[in-house]
Amino acid sequence: MNDQSNNVIEVENLVTYYGDREILKGVSLDVRDGEIMVIMGGSGSGKSTLLRHLMALETKTSGTMRILGHDIDSLSQREFFDLRKKMGVAFQNGALFSSMTIGENVMLPLSEHTDLDTMTMEIMTRMKLEVVELGGFENLMPAELSGGMIKRAAFARAIVMDPKILFCDEPSAGLDPVVSSALDDLILLLRDAMQMSIVVVTHELESAFKIADRITVLDRGHILMVGTVDEVKNSTNERVFNLLNRVPEADSLGMNEYLQRLTGVEVKEESVL
Amino acid sequence: MSELNQQNRFIRLCERVGKSTISGVEEIGNGGVLIGECFYWLIYGPRIKQPVRLSAIFQQMMEIGINAIPIIALLIASIGTMLAIQGIHTLRIFGAESRVTIGIAFSIVREFAPLIIGIVIAGRSGSALAARIGTMKINQEIDALKVMGVNPVRYLVVPAMIAMVIMVPALTIFGDIIGLTAAGLYVNADLGISMAAFFHDIVDILTVDDLIHGLGKSVLFAILIAVIGVVNGAGVQGGADGVGKATTRSVVQAISAIVMTDMVFAFVATR
Repeated sequence: MNDQSNNVIEVENLVTYYGDREILKGVSLDVRDGEIMVIMGGSGSGKSTLLRHLMALETKTSGTMRILGHDIDSLSQREFFDLRKKMGVAFQNGALFSSMTIGENVMLPLSEHTDLDTMTMEIMTRMKLEVVELGGFENLMPAELSGGMIKRAAFARAIVMDPKILFCDEPSAGLDPVVSSALDDLILLLRDAMQMSIVVVTHELESAFKIADRITVLDRGHILMVGTVDEVKNSTNERVFNLLNRVPEADSLGMNEYLQRLTGVEVKEESVL
Repeated sequence: MSELNQQNRFIRLCERVGKSTISGVEEIGNGGVLIGECFYWLIYGPRIKQPVRLSAIFQQMMEIGINAIPIIALLIASIGTMLAIQGIHTLRIFGAESRVTIGIAFSIVREFAPLIIGIVIAGRSGSALAARIGTMKINQEIDALKVMGVNPVRYLVVPAMIAMVIMVPALTIFGDIIGLTAAGLYVNADLGISMAAFFHDIVDILTVDDLIHGLGKSVLFAILIAVIGVVNGAGVQGGADGVGKATTRSVVQAISAIVMTDMVFAFVATR
């Protein structure tokens, strides 16, 4: 049984609608202190929406969410800003500010939230850039970096305030296997060296199995299972099996169910063929 | 059958008009909320350690104001000269061309300087603001700011709004001087009235009310340009195409709003 006091994130029965469409259908999830939780799922499973909720960027329809022990619905604006300082995010495309140098990008949270003098902030910025192996790149503009370097710079900005929780959206997307593996190593390093709790959304199986302490498998707004890498690999759940073995959805559904999904009309057994 | 088609077409037209009206009202509402938020961050921001940075305001003032000086000087000098040419041409019919100074003074200070500067800033800085915010939105830079605990309105919008409210009236005063000087030079060349006599007339004719009339309008134009730029930028959907559309909408809406506000202001303040 999980000790709840050890959780940095607790989500209960989270429901979200976009217009009339129900995206998350009662998701419950916890992330423990110091673990890497990977959220996996096919396209449209709701994993990016779930991540945006965990980052408190979306308004939920119902359910409760506690981050670092705080119910986010009951926080004052000031408490909410203070909580934000304990969270870092590395977005899929880096989301670096294109008008700023890499150094200015990384330094921004420090200059906004601390009273440190410029020299101290510059030293801290260089240290974080060294952690992500981008030392000496602080005066370059984001447009001058490769995709992998932009992601590393985004990591440097995300960890500059030494957050308790780090969120990573598709860190390996669009990268070659070598760079992708190096980013996985970086995520492991951040957990081990900085004791961060890390939530990673990805659909790269190899990457997920390498870094995850636990994996949450989402499917069409539902959680199929939460478990360790071995538990997920050995799952007998058909949809988890299909996801891990890359079985196309049309093959995994029966003909009638697939036609019904496409047409929106209930298809009876005898009407096929 | 054709009657049914006509009915359907009419229903679709009504739907489109309805949707456009609702979206227009929604945008006006968003603009109002944005102005409220700007005041909130200006006043309340320092209390929660989220002050509006002076450096960001100065940077925006440079971009909006100082860098626009050459083009504004060129345009307003052309307008001043044109007013002098047309004024002299018209008054010559009555043999009253020496009275051209009155028309030039009122036209530039009360009307043309704020209007032309508003239009130039809407095209130059309002569109840039919409494009900047739109690009930041689709690149998730706005989300990045939020997650960092940096409020985007406080960080991006308030500095631009304050810079506009300071620089548009400042440029209007600059425009008044350049426009009147250009007109004075033409009057001097055509009618032989000295620059000293021309400016003496100007000072006699104009009152503080006339200056305030022009500056008051320019403050309103500044708020309109900033709000329209931000609302359009924040409403961007899709990719680069969405940014392009938002930028174009922002310029068209800002110029339309400026011209209509100018008319309403003139109606209220002049009658």
